[in-house]
Amino acid sequence: MSEHTIVSLPDQATARIPKDNYITRENGLLSWLLTSDHKRIAILYLISITFFFFIGGALAGLIRLELLTPQTDLMATDTYNKVFTMHGIIMIFFFLVPSVPATLGNFFIPMMIGAKDLALPRINLLSWYLYIAGGLLALYTMTVGGVDTGWTFTTPLSTHYVNTNVLTTGLAAFIAGFSSIFTGLNFIVTIHKMRAPGMTWFRLPLFIWANYAASILMVLATPVVAIAIVLIALERTLGIGVFDPTKGGDPLLFQHLFWFYSHPAVYIMILPGMGVISEVISTFSRKRVFGYTAVAFSSVAIAVFGFFVWAHHMFIMGISNYAVLVFSLLTMLVAVPSAIKIFNWTFTLYKGSITFETPMLYAFGFLGLFTIGGMTGVFLGSSGTDIHLTETYFIVAHFHFVMVGGMLMAFLAGIHFWWPKMTGRMYPEKISQMAAVITFVGFNLTFFPQFILGMLGMPRRYASYPPEFQILNVFSTAGATILGVGYLLPVLYLIWSLRYGAIAGDNPWQATGLEWQTQSPPLTENFAVMPVMDHEAYDYEWLEKQQQAQKETGEASAG
Amino acid sequence: MDHISPVIWQFLVKWLTNFALLPPEASKVAPQMDALLFFMVLVSLIGLTIVVLLVVSFSILYRKKRHPVAVQVEGSTLLEATWTIIPLGLFLVMFVWGALIYFRVYTPPANAMNIYVVGKQWMWKVEHPGGQHEINALHVPTGRAVQLTLISQDVFHSFSIPAFRVKREAIPGRYTTVWFEATTPGTYHLFCTQYCGTNHSQMTGDVVVMTPEDYRKWLIRSDSGASLAQDGERLFASLSCAACHNTRPDARGPSLANVYGAKLPLASGGTVIADDAYLREAILNPSQHVTQGYAPIMPTYQGQISEEGVIALIEFIKNLNSDYRIEQTVNTTEMPPGSEGAPGGKTPAVKGPVSKGTVKP
Amino acid sequence: MQDSQVHADNTAHSVHEEHPAYLRHHFNSAEQQADAAGFAMWLFLLTEVMFFGGLFTAYLVYRNWYYPAFVSGSHQLNVVWGATNTVVLIFSSFTMAMGVWCAQTRRRRGLVLSLALTFILGLSFLGIKTIEYREKIEKHHVPGFHYSLQSFLDPQSDPEVYAEYHDKALEPDMARHTELYFSLYFLMTGMHALHMIIGIGILGFMILRAWAGAYTAGHETFVVNFGLYWHFIDIVWIYLFALLYLISRHQ
Repeated sequence: MSEHTIVSLPDQATARIPKDNYITRENGLLSWLLTSDHKRIAILYLISITFFFFIGGALAGLIRLELLTPQTDLMATDTYNKVFTMHGIIMIFFFLVPSVPATLGNFFIPMMIGAKDLALPRINLLSWYLYIAGGLLALYTMTVGGVDTGWTFTTPLSTHYVNTNVLTTGLAAFIAGFSSIFTGLNFIVTIHKMRAPGMTWFRLPLFIWANYAASILMVLATPVVAIAIVLIALERTLGIGVFDPTKGGDPLLFQHLFWFYSHPAVYIMILPGMGVISEVISTFSRKRVFGYTAVAFSSVAIAVFGFFVWAHHMFIMGISNYAVLVFSLLTMLVAVPSAIKIFNWTFTLYKGSITFETPMLYAFGFLGLFTIGGMTGVFLGSSGTDIHLTETYFIVAHFHFVMVGGMLMAFLAGIHFWWPKMTGRMYPEKISQMAAVITFVGFNLTFFPQFILGMLGMPRRYASYPPEFQILNVFSTAGATILGVGYLLPVLYLIWSLRYGAIAGDNPWQATGLEWQTQSPPLTENFAVMPVMDHEAYDYEWLEKQQQAQKETGEASAG
Repeated sequence: MDHISPVIWQFLVKWLTNFALLPPEASKVAPQMDALLFFMVLVSLIGLTIVVLLVVSFSILYRKKRHPVAVQVEGSTLLEATWTIIPLGLFLVMFVWGALIYFRVYTPPANAMNIYVVGKQWMWKVEHPGGQHEINALHVPTGRAVQLTLISQDVFHSFSIPAFRVKREAIPGRYTTVWFEATTPGTYHLFCTQYCGTNHSQMTGDVVVMTPEDYRKWLIRSDSGASLAQDGERLFASLSCAACHNTRPDARGPSLANVYGAKLPLASGGTVIADDAYLREAILNPSQHVTQGYAPIMPTYQGQISEEGVIALIEFIKNLNSDYRIEQTVNTTEMPPGSEGAPGGKTPAVKGPVSKGTVKP
Repeated sequence: MQDSQVHADNTAHSVHEEHPAYLRHHFNSAEQQADAAGFAMWLFLLTEVMFFGGLFTAYLVYRNWYYPAFVSGSHQLNVVWGATNTVVLIFSSFTMAMGVWCAQTRRRRGLVLSLALTFILGLSFLGIKTIEYREKIEKHHVPGFHYSLQSFLDPQSDPEVYAEYHDKALEPDMARHTELYFSLYFLMTGMHALHMIIGIGILGFMILRAWAGAYTAGHETFVVNFGLYWHFIDIVWIYLFALLYLISRHQ
C-alpha cells in the first residue's frame, strides 16, 4: 500500500468484474424500465438527473452570458425572465431535490442497513416514472414558451399578470413533488423496518441518518406546496379570489404556503449531501466521525427546526414585526446544528490518517464553501441586515454557495466515492482531482463576486443593470465558464472509466460500511449471505480484524 | 460605534466605499447597518479562518505519510459544548442587534413627513402631499425624517434604496411603510427588487437628496398646482361623499373632521385607530369598518378609485385635522416669503423659524 | 427478524425455506412485510394530512376575516344532506372495519358482503354530493361560473334558506367574500370527493379479488391498509362537515 493513498485494488492482471451482478442479471431495455431493483432505479435516476443538470446548466450559461454586459442585448427581457425561471425550476425540482436521495440513497440505503431492497420497490419505480413525467412536462413547457414567473410563482404575478405556461409548469412541479414524497416515504419505512439483525439506530452510518431526516421533510413539507400549486391553478383558471386582494384574498397567504415547503426543501437538498460528507471524511481519515451522536442528532434537529423558519423569506413583505422576531430567532437556532456538523467533520481529521483522493478533495471544498454559504445565511437571518441584503445578488450568492458549493460538491464526492461499488471500476484519479480543483476555482470566481454585487445593491432577476456593476459580473461569467469545464470533465472520464477504468474489487477504499463488504458491482439481492451487524459504525478496528482474517484464510488456502 | 476611534472608522468606511464593497452611506441608519454587516463579515472571516486552518493543519499533521495509523477518537463533550455555545452566542448577538435595526427601520418617528409611493408595472409613482408628482424619482431633503407609504397597483414590487440601506415590499391591497433620514446630498439608485414581470429590470430610478434649501426650491418648481389634499377634496366632491359625511346633526355618516389618528369605536365592538390603513379599508370595504352608532350603508368604492385616488382622499381627510394643516403647511406647501397665499387648501407661509416637525398631531 | 439464506443463482426456488407465495423476496418474513406495509400507509396518511392542511389554513384565515360571509355561505348548504352523508360515511367505516375483521378471520363471504356494502355506501355519498353540487350550480353559487351574489344581497329572494335563518342582507363588499367561502367549499369537498372516487375504485377491485379468496388466506394486509385509508377519508369528512356546514346554525 502506498504512502499517499488508501486505494487497494486487486491484481489487475487477474481481476475480473464478477460475472453475476445487478447489471448482468437481466438484459434488455424492458428489464431496466420495469425493474424493481433499487440499484437499477438508482442508475436510471442518475442518467436522468445528469441530463436535467446539463439543461439547467445551459440555462445558467445563457444567464451569465447576458449579464456580461449591462444592457439587455443577448436576448429579449421576456426571454431572460423565462431562462432564469426555468433554470431555477429545473435545478431545484429536477436536479437538487432528487440528486443524492434518488441516486446514492436509492442505491445504498438498503445495502448500508443490510437489506435486499427498499420496503416498497414498485413505489420506487413509480417515483422514477413520476419524476420523468414531471421532467418531460417541464421540458415540453420550455418548447412552447416557458414560464416567466420566477421559480417562486409569486402571486398575483403568476395568477393574473403573466400569460405564460404557469399551469403546465405548476403541474410538472406537482408531479415531481409526488415523486419526492414517495421516495421519502420509502426511505422512512425501509430504515425503520428493514435493518439487518444487530443494526441498531446508533450503529447506522450517518448517511442513513441524514437521508432519514431529509425524508421526514420530503414527506411532510412537499404536500403543502402541492396544495399551493393547486390553489394557483384554480385562481388562474377560475378566479376564485383566494390570493386576489380585490376579492378579499391575501397574496401573502400564498407566500406562507409556498415557503412552508420551500424552506424545508433546502434542507431536503442539503442533508443527504451532508450524509455523503460524513462517509467520505471518515473513510479518507480512517476514523470514526468525531461526535457521531452529535452529528446524528444535528441532522434530525435541522429537519425539525427547518419547519419553523419559513417566514424568514418574508421579512420585508409586511408581516408583523413580532412575527419577524420569532422567525429570526428560530433561524439563528437552525444555523447551530450545521455549525456543529462542520466542526465535527473537521475534528474527524484530528489524529486521522489522511489521504487526498478525489472524494476527499470535494469534501474539503464542501467544508469551506458550505461554511461561507451557511454564515451568509446568518447574515440574512438577522432581520436588520436582511433589509439591505434581501432580493439582491447576495441571496443568489448565498444559495449557490450552499447548493452548488455545498450540495453539488457533496454529490460529486459521493459519485466518485461510490463509483467503484456501482460500476466495479475505478475512475481515473489524476484527471478527477484536477476536475475537482477546476470546479473549486471556477465556483469561487463565479459566485464570490456576487456577494459583493449584493452588498452593493444589485437586485436579482435583473436582465440589465447599472454599468458600475459590470466588472464583477464579468468575473462571475468568467468563473462560470471554468465551472462548466469542471462539471463536464467528470461526465467524460466517468463514462470512459466504464470501459477502461481499473477493476475496483470489493473494497478499494478499505471502508467499513456494509456496502463495501460485498462484491462490486453488487448482486441483485445485494448480499450472498445476509449480514448480521455486530460492530459499531465506522469501526476501523473491526475492519482490520476482518482483513487480517481474510489474509490468513487466503494464505491458508494458498499454502 | 462611539467606542471605535472616529479616525479608524472613517478610514474603514472610506476604504470600503472606495473599493466599493458597500454603497455610499447616505442615511442615518446606513452606518448602523454597516456596523452590523462589518461585525458579521468579521465573525465569518474568523470562523472560516478557524475551519480552514484546522483542516489544513490537520491535513498536514495527519497525512498518511506522516501519521499512518489513525487514533480512534470518539468525541469530546467539551468541544461539542464549545462549538455549540459560541456560535449560538454569536448568532444571538446578531439576532438582537439585527432586530434592533429592523425595528428602527420600520418604526417611523411621529414627526416623519410622509410621501406616498404607488408601484405599478413598471414604474414608481411618487406622490408628495404638497402636490409634487414624480415618476421613478424621489426627492428628499437631508436632516428630516421621511416616511414612505407604499402600495402596489398590481403585483408585488419592492422599493429599494441601497444607499439608505432600506427596502420595503409594495403589496397590492394594503399599505406598507418604511422611513429614513437622508444625510448626504447626492443622487442614488432606486431599484425595484421584487420580480414583477417583463420590465422588472427597468423599474429603476433616482433618489435625489438635497439640502433643505434646495429641496424647498424644488418643491416650488415641481408644484403641480394642487396639493394631494386638494385633489382629494375634488374627489370627495365628485364621489358625493359629503352626502353622508358632513357635519349636519342628522348625517348618515360620521363627520371626518379630526378623524385621522383618532380612536374610533367600531359597530362590531372594539376600537381602532383611524390611520392610513384603516381609512383605505373603510373606503374599499366599508361594511367591516362601520363606526358605532351608524348604519352599515356605505357602498364600497372598490374598482371605482385608483390607489392614487385613495391616497388623495386620505390626504384630504388628514387635512381636516386642524393641527395637521399647520404641520403640512410647514412641511411641503410652504411658499417663499413675499408670494401670495394660494386659494383653497394652501395656507400662507408661517413666518418665523420653521419648526422641525415638533407639532404633535 | 430471522436470517434467511438467499442463493446467488435465482433458480434455486426449491431450496428456499417454506414461505407463502405472497411474501416478496426482499422481506425476511411475512410479519416484516405486513409491518412495513402498515407503516407505509400511516406515513402516506400523514402526507395527506399535510395536503389537506394547506386548505384548512386558508379556511382558517378567511373565516376569521370574513365571518359574516362564511355564515351566509354556510347557511346555503343543506344540513340534512350533509348530516346524512356523515352518517353514511361513518356507517361505511363500520362496514369497512367489519370487512377487515372478516379478512382476518378468513370469512370470505363476510368480507365480500362488507366490502360491497362499503362500496354502495360510498356511492351513496357521492350521489348525495352530486345532488348538493347540482343545487349549487342551479343557484349560481359556483365560483368562476356566473357566480351570483343575489342570495346574499337580498336573502328574501331565497325563501327556503331565509325561512330557516332569517339572515340579514350582506353589504356588497362582504357579499363578495362568499365567493371565497364557496371556493373553499368546492375545493375541500372536491378534493375529498376525489379521494372517495379513488377509494371506491380500489374497493371495486378489492371486491373481485376478495371473491377469489385473495384476502382470506392469511394475507389481509391490503384490506387492513385500505381500511386505514377509508377511515382517514371519513375523518376528513367529519371535519369538513363541521367546518363547512355548521357555521352559526344555532338560531
